[in-house]
Amino acid sequence: MSGDEKTCYHCALPVPASAHYPVIIAGESREMCCRGCQAVAQTIVDNGLTDYYRHRTALPGIGHEVVPEEVRKLALYDHPSIQKSFVRQEGEHVKEASLILEGITCAACIWLNERHLRQLPGVLQVQVNYATHRARITWDDQAIHLSKILEEIQLLGYNAHPFSAERQENLRRTQRSKDLRRIAIAGLSSGQVMMLAVALYAGAAFGMEDSTAALLRYFSLVLTLPVVFYAALPFYQSAWNALLGKRLNMDVPVSLAVIGAFAGSAWATLQGHGVVYYDATTMFCLFLLASRFLEHGAQEKSVEAAENLLKLAPAMATRVLDGGQHQPVPVLELSEGDIILAKPGESIAADAEVIEGESTVDEALLTGESRPVPKRAGARVIAGSINLEGPLLLRVTGVGENTVLAGIVRLLDRAVAEKPRLAQLADRVAGHFTVGLLVLTAIVGAAWWWLAPGQAFGTMLSVLVVTCPCALSLAAPTAFAAAGSHLLSHGILLTRGHALETLAKVNHVVFDKTGTLTFGKPVLARTVTFSDVDEERCLLLAASLEQASEHPLAQSFLNRVAGTDLIAVQEAQNLPGQGVSGFIASVRYTLGNAALAGFEPAALPSDLPEGATRVWLCDEHRVMAVFVLSDGLRPQARELVGQLKAAGVQVTILSGDTADTVAHVAAEAGIESWQAALRPEDKLKALRELQQRGNVVAMVGDGVNDAPVLAGADVSIAMGGGTQVARASSDIVLLTENLLDIQRALQTGHASIAVMRQNFVWAVVYNLLALPFAAAGMIPPWLASIGMSTSSLVVVLNALRLR
Amino acid sequence: MTPILIYLLGMAAVMIIVAGFGIFWAIKNGQFDDMEGPAQRILMDDDDPRIPRYSDSRTKR
Repeated sequence: MSGDEKTCYHCALPVPASAHYPVIIAGESREMCCRGCQAVAQTIVDNGLTDYYRHRTALPGIGHEVVPEEVRKLALYDHPSIQKSFVRQEGEHVKEASLILEGITCAACIWLNERHLRQLPGVLQVQVNYATHRARITWDDQAIHLSKILEEIQLLGYNAHPFSAERQENLRRTQRSKDLRRIAIAGLSSGQVMMLAVALYAGAAFGMEDSTAALLRYFSLVLTLPVVFYAALPFYQSAWNALLGKRLNMDVPVSLAVIGAFAGSAWATLQGHGVVYYDATTMFCLFLLASRFLEHGAQEKSVEAAENLLKLAPAMATRVLDGGQHQPVPVLELSEGDIILAKPGESIAADAEVIEGESTVDEALLTGESRPVPKRAGARVIAGSINLEGPLLLRVTGVGENTVLAGIVRLLDRAVAEKPRLAQLADRVAGHFTVGLLVLTAIVGAAWWWLAPGQAFGTMLSVLVVTCPCALSLAAPTAFAAAGSHLLSHGILLTRGHALETLAKVNHVVFDKTGTLTFGKPVLARTVTFSDVDEERCLLLAASLEQASEHPLAQSFLNRVAGTDLIAVQEAQNLPGQGVSGFIASVRYTLGNAALAGFEPAALPSDLPEGATRVWLCDEHRVMAVFVLSDGLRPQARELVGQLKAAGVQVTILSGDTADTVAHVAAEAGIESWQAALRPEDKLKALRELQQRGNVVAMVGDGVNDAPVLAGADVSIAMGGGTQVARASSDIVLLTENLLDIQRALQTGHASIAVMRQNFVWAVVYNLLALPFAAAGMIPPWLASIGMSTSSLVVVLNALRLR
Repeated sequence: MTPILIYLLGMAAVMIIVAGFGIFWAIKNGQFDDMEGPAQRILMDDDDPRIPRYSDSRTKR
């Protein structure tokens, strides 16, 4: 971007020459790029929160104007029946709720929200968790309503959703505090035991009274008890579960070593002679617990981010009233027999029967069937499945938000349960390794028993501890966890385990145009009418037709007529890649591209802008109007394409838009290879061709029509603002919508694979080197314990370089 | 030597128990819930009106 070009003071996007949206901030007039940013900045200034601009370290998203429709929806959150699922009653009028905050980019955002909400009358307490972007708010229901609080957050340019997965969060919190307590116990004990061990070693070298040595040993025994009987419990449980399932895991030798070392030491202490291994036992437990806690924490973070993304908010549905108007209602209020509308791209709120419309439905989450299932009148749909193509009018047959939530929870489970292939391999190798290790320990023990029975026990312990496959098992997960949290801190969410691994191999990136390279929020630039119907009426017709559509173009029509009552549409149909159609007052109208119009377009004025999208409104006989919408290229698009090319990655656009528009955008972004006017199935075909030529393809998309292509690509990337179905079928979600993150993700993929290889090599080499020495009886157990933890520490530290 | 050793070990035991309870109390009170926020929050010098604000410092200079 050139220096003299003006950028928006709030969001740093270029200010269009025609725009004039000033706000006076700290005594100086600053230019904003749009009305949305102006409104947000004005709110910040009016509330005395100007310091935000001084403290922020990352830029916010573009300001959105608060749409009246949105505010109406917020009012629903005041309804007692909805509040039941997420509000806790603290006093007679005092209520508390958890909210998910969207749009947090840096610490200043949190400050801004906390400060602003705290000064609202009636708000008693606000606390935002920096790590999870969740807020806990207490308010006095007599003085302020929840909808007002949510609205105030919107005015600041953020989005808040009530959060109803309290139970899962509580579960996680108790698990976390249990883990912390175990670490605390192991840490306290091992510190003390270690000190006593130093005294005992010194005593062994320089002489110590037997009674003193015995006292120190008994004290160590007491200190080790809580470690062996409390802190180490998870190891026994995991080992026991594995044995029940006739498997061997890493925890089997760990449990053997801990129990064996403790039993042997306790016996020696009670007998008054022999060797004790309390120091090795406690240290071993502490290091293992700590490394697992770190690994667990990174995983939890991505689950929380995924939850935030999927908005486990009280689900809403669109109920269709007798008059044909649409009314947003909470799913809890739906009852059997209600008529609801499922827009394309939305998940279906309740089990239902189709009464009108034709579409395909993605039930992959529920049934595992990856192909979309066609549905028409009379067919049954399952709650939580995702409507793909056309709007469906449904009659509710089964109620219960549990079914919707179940779908979301399944999606999360999948994200966590799926392990990368390399990690699976490591687990298998570690499993075989464990078998070999146990056999070897038995052989070594037998050999020593025959040669020198006194040393057999110590040597067996050393072999068990020093060769503990911890480093091997940690090699992949730590690298992935570190890479994952690195990406997450930059607003890149991995939803599938294999994503990083595949990213490292990607040599071709395919973009959908709308919403990825461009903002996907086209603005109505011009309307040309061809009939006696005036512009306002044409716009109203177009907006009404778009009511049921999730296409990015739809919103620009709806925004334009916000505040006016829309007309009810019968038999609304979504024609993917073409447009929408429907009956208004028993006249069939179509709104879509030139192909859908079906009529020879009348002579257009010659001064229409190049590269803009044209949408045709037709009735049964003629073209009524053409709307010209332009959609701006994202500022980072050109830079990203340059970086990708420099890294040897090819770039292609596959778009459903017209050739003119695509050519224009491709030229602007510097992309030579593009295909236009593709239907979803054409896109998939083009993608398959690329793959057959041996390319590993990453697909970047955001819309309903991208879902099959996203699922077909080797690795798929969705924009955070895209439709739910796009996010559900993608492996990576860009929460900040910064295109340069794609390059960052690719780099991190390469780096994490490299780190993992180093880790594997180190773990294997260490074990092979240490084993002969331990078997030869040259490593005492305490040294073995240090060796084991050092090797794991090396692996963890190496992985942390990815952050 | 043994009596003083017993006394010192007893003291150590008391201290470990106190430290243990201290940590358990901290965990229960959510001191470890948000490990990043407090570090960031301390940098926002917003709640002391005696410190010149952004706008004030501009005009005085």
